[in-house]
Amino acid sequence: MASQTLQSVPAEPSPVRHEQSPEDAARLDAEGQAYFDKVMAEDSRIEPRDWMPPAYRKTLLRQISQHAHSEIIGMQPEANWISRAPSLKRKAILMAKVQDEAGHGLYLYSAAETLGQPRDQMMQDLMDGKAKYSSIFNYPARTWADMGAIGWMVDGAAIANQVPLCRASFGPYGRAMVRVCKEESFHQRQGFEILLELSHGTPEQKQMAQDAVNRWYAPALMMFGPPDDDSPNSKQSMAWNIKRFSNDELRNRFVGMMMEQVKVLELTLPDKDIRFNEETKKWEHGPLDWDEFHEVLKGRGPCNAQRLERRREAHQNGAWVREAAAAYADKQRRKQAEKVSAA
Amino acid sequence: MTTEPQAGNVWPIWEVFVRSSRGLSHVHAGSLHAPDAAMALRNARDLYTRRNEGVSIWVVPAEAIASSDPDAKGSFFESPQGKDYRHATYYTKSEGVKHL
Repeated sequence: MASQTLQSVPAEPSPVRHEQSPEDAARLDAEGQAYFDKVMAEDSRIEPRDWMPPAYRKTLLRQISQHAHSEIIGMQPEANWISRAPSLKRKAILMAKVQDEAGHGLYLYSAAETLGQPRDQMMQDLMDGKAKYSSIFNYPARTWADMGAIGWMVDGAAIANQVPLCRASFGPYGRAMVRVCKEESFHQRQGFEILLELSHGTPEQKQMAQDAVNRWYAPALMMFGPPDDDSPNSKQSMAWNIKRFSNDELRNRFVGMMMEQVKVLELTLPDKDIRFNEETKKWEHGPLDWDEFHEVLKGRGPCNAQRLERRREAHQNGAWVREAAAAYADKQRRKQAEKVSAA
Repeated sequence: MTTEPQAGNVWPIWEVFVRSSRGLSHVHAGSLHAPDAAMALRNARDLYTRRNEGVSIWVVPAEAIASSDPDAKGSFFESPQGKDYRHATYYTKSEGVKHL
């Protein structure tokens, strides 16, 4: 995936590439733009070393790195519950899920790196509080039932968002998403199962499940991003075939799925305004608190400070491992070099 | 609080190729960072084969891979064009003849 670092061998010596005059550069840009437009029109894919408009590169880099950060920070609310999971089976499942989130973060960092940004820089931006990640992970996971609600609703919303991204016009992003989506459905199902077991348990357990659903419903819906009329970048992202459906379209589709699934759980969604619009044939939800969304995104949510502090702490605690591994690799390389020169 | 980036401690990129089952070739799965080949293999196992996706893994330093020039799209791959006769479908007179 990291083809940015691959060396390319010119097909034939081309003087243009070595001594570029402004006219040549302009001509190459025009050719590149024409090719890019053709790829977009054909709904084909752009690969890392193709010419691309600077704004396309910037948009993708922002989106993919934010997506990667979300996966990495997203490990925290659930990792907190591994030691308190109610059975060995549930601990094993939760560990596998958290490990998957780490993997998803790494797939995405790899995809972002092909755009020319080193991973270390992205991670540093996250730790310095310069980079954004999904607002959802700044809410606390208060009870075991939250593990169910996160799996069912948060991962459910993530899947609804990510499935269309498998067809994103940037090849490495689409391929990373295919891998992520394959693994994500286990996450949603295990969450649904936690809620189902609780909702069919004692009255207290059922109440705990309902409370968790109540807490996560609105934040999960806001994961799709601001309403269409307040989402300035959406139009361009759709023109570039990065985004395939608008925020509201995806959100409404998701609400429709929740409405059916919540019946199986014998729970309710905390939204008295949900209705099926007979004219548009779409589900509609009640108003959401977008001021809260923007506050959380700006770093003033319930857990922002805690999540970032934990990320920095984990990075620092791992420093000796990174240093030791690098030192060992260096030593092996030196030994190998001595062997070669002695032979 | 800010953690300083650790210069000189950046692990190189490796490209990962996975053989999904015996009898198939290794296929590019993705990339990762690792300090050496042994760690790259372990990381590749954890990252790309958590669900029995492979029976064998190759890791290759990304910088060791040479690639064709993306700017030379046309000229480099041009030669097969107009050479339909390299494909079996070019020969139509044998249509309907069995086992041919």
